[in-house]
Amino acid sequence: MRTVRAVLSTGLRWLRAVSGDDAYERYLAHHARTHPGAPLSRRAFYAQRETAKWGGISRCC
Amino acid sequence: MKKITGILLAVVGAIAVAGIALHRHEPINALWIVTAAVCIYALGYRFYAAWVAARVLVIDPSRATPAERHDNGRDFVPTHRWVAFGHHFAAIAGPGPLVGPTLAAQFGYLPGTLWILVGAVLGGCVQDMTILFLSMRRDGRSLGQMARDELGPLGGFAALIGTLLIMILLIAVLGLVVVNAMKHSPWSTATVFATVPVAILVGVHLRRLRPGRILEGSVIGLALVLLAVWGGGWVDTHPLLRRLFDWPSLPLAGFVVGYGWIAAILPVWLLLAPRDYLSTFLKAGTVALLAVSIVLLHPQIKMPALTAFVDGHGPLFGGKIFPFVFITIACGAVSGFHALVASGTTPKLIASEADVRLIGYGSMMLESFVAIMAMIAATLLDPGVFFAINSGAGIVGSAPAAAVHTISSWGFPVTVAQMQSLAHEMGEATLFARTGGAPSLAVGMASIFGSTFGRGFLGIWYHFAIMFEAVFILSTLDAGTRVGRFMLQDLLGHLYAPLGRTSWYPSVLLSSTLIVAGWGYFLYVGVIDPNGGVNILWPLFGIANQMLAAIALSVATGILVKSGRARHAAVTLLPLIWLAIVTTAAAWQKIVSADPRIGLLAAARGLSEHLAAGTLPAAAAAVAPQLIFNQRLDAWLTGLFTAILWLVIIDMGRVCVRRLRGLPVTATSEAPYEAARLQPLTVGGPQ
Repeated sequence: MRTVRAVLSTGLRWLRAVSGDDAYERYLAHHARTHPGAPLSRRAFYAQRETAKWGGISRCC
Repeated sequence: MKKITGILLAVVGAIAVAGIALHRHEPINALWIVTAAVCIYALGYRFYAAWVAARVLVIDPSRATPAERHDNGRDFVPTHRWVAFGHHFAAIAGPGPLVGPTLAAQFGYLPGTLWILVGAVLGGCVQDMTILFLSMRRDGRSLGQMARDELGPLGGFAALIGTLLIMILLIAVLGLVVVNAMKHSPWSTATVFATVPVAILVGVHLRRLRPGRILEGSVIGLALVLLAVWGGGWVDTHPLLRRLFDWPSLPLAGFVVGYGWIAAILPVWLLLAPRDYLSTFLKAGTVALLAVSIVLLHPQIKMPALTAFVDGHGPLFGGKIFPFVFITIACGAVSGFHALVASGTTPKLIASEADVRLIGYGSMMLESFVAIMAMIAATLLDPGVFFAINSGAGIVGSAPAAAVHTISSWGFPVTVAQMQSLAHEMGEATLFARTGGAPSLAVGMASIFGSTFGRGFLGIWYHFAIMFEAVFILSTLDAGTRVGRFMLQDLLGHLYAPLGRTSWYPSVLLSSTLIVAGWGYFLYVGVIDPNGGVNILWPLFGIANQMLAAIALSVATGILVKSGRARHAAVTLLPLIWLAIVTTAAAWQKIVSADPRIGLLAAARGLSEHLAAGTLPAAAAAVAPQLIFNQRLDAWLTGLFTAILWLVIIDMGRVCVRRLRGLPVTATSEAPYEAARLQPLTVGGPQ
């Protein structure tokens, strides 16, 4: 039971990392480590991330 | 241990390749191809990629990557190598490797399969890895910038124009693929249309309701698009709704153009970004499902290894096996487009230089494997069925009886009853002349999934496959229009500065309209072409894509020579020479061949003679002037591609010769060395 749960939670962690679902948490951790002051809100962070992602070539044939 | 695995791989690979070689006049099992592919990839990755990384690129894991040096928690983020691999694969994966192999299957399964494997291992993967590495050493600079910095302004300009043109052709041909899949198919049309509101719903969810809950939004979206596949089937049985979604190709093309224009001027979060999440999940899921099904089912390949069409008179597109199999496969083996993605977003994610091999070489290997699976899905169909679906009415005749007669006379027996019962099983009125590759791939995928998971749902599987391809294509269409817009704005900004501001609305409207008009034109001509249009557009796109790959390889070769590694420059120079030969040969034939099925000018000449003599039926005569103009335009475009390519190659040669003679060349733009201090990353663990 415990191993099943461990496998599932590892799987979920990977899925969150690959899909970008955990990007905000990683940003918060980075911000807390390196910058003083308030971080971006969750909404503002994802808005900025999306604009940056689609500002260049990010999809192929 | 590593040696033993290597030897084992080599032996199994050799047996599989020998198996393919010996099964020349009997059906072969798809597992032979899968085994050969996996072994060739493993050997390429284990030995060739490792050697290139260590000796040619001289990867230095002690050197800090831009992600570490500029870490800002946003675009520069040191990322676990498998996560970065996922991001990079999602970015390079598109509909190209699904369409190309399907079209190339007209030569038989062997030529396309061999080029997918050899081209990827020695060409495409090397190109992707090298460009990724060079861009990473230059803080994630784009291919165009690297061309400008390292070769000169000419190279940069050529890369820009090349990208813009290839984008327009790509979108047009993909739009044509969707239109051909939807024409007179209420089920497909309803399902594809329904994916648009689903994407908008997910977009609103991710932006307004629950910002950034990507997994949650994607799961909701996936459930809804699956519902749309089923709902389309319901629409198809409803007498009134059915008529509402039953359209010929011309109005559908109008819808696609209008949709493309609206999508391009809407904010990304509303439509593009959410649909991209959906298409990424769909692709990952479908590719995994397809791989598992092919292994479980291990179907027989029914297409011969080589068909008579290697001599150039094939019904899908005209042209001999050399150079057209290379031009047609395009993305599954070498894709110049990948060089644009590999220089930009991905280099900013790499945590250690040691990860470049997995992310650059490995992602392209997986992409190439997708092409192999598309080839299997196309060639497991009865060849007669394959040709009946993929041959345009202008080639085999528009009446079913005439079409099956022509196709059977080629030695690929097929009957009207067989096609009717297949169409009925797939929930379609007809499958004749559904050119473009998507429907035949969907029939192949439906047969695989149907045999693995139950034949009762063939219609659902078929339309799932159509939806999957359409979602992909619409993403590319939208993202491509946007990229084209940025480039055009960049160019227009030189004429009138405010036009260069990407957020100035009049400029956004103007440039989006110009780009959509560009691909809309080619889409329109493709739709009115009685031969299906794909036969002209896909080779043109292939030439443009391979030209872009040759430009990328020129930049790579130039940089290798400049940085004193001329001894190893063959790694990129040999694929470059091959691509230059292939593209130039194909372009030459497209322009000067006297065969109207190949030569664009010959076709234009032939058509105008018929028009002048009054021998054309009224419908054909009405569209003939536009087709004639388009064929001449395409010939000019092909010439332009070739000229751009050779200009870049000559420019690269000039830089290399100067360097080898000890004359001064522009300084390298590589970022200076800084020692890496980053600890190994874990996923989701403490930062």
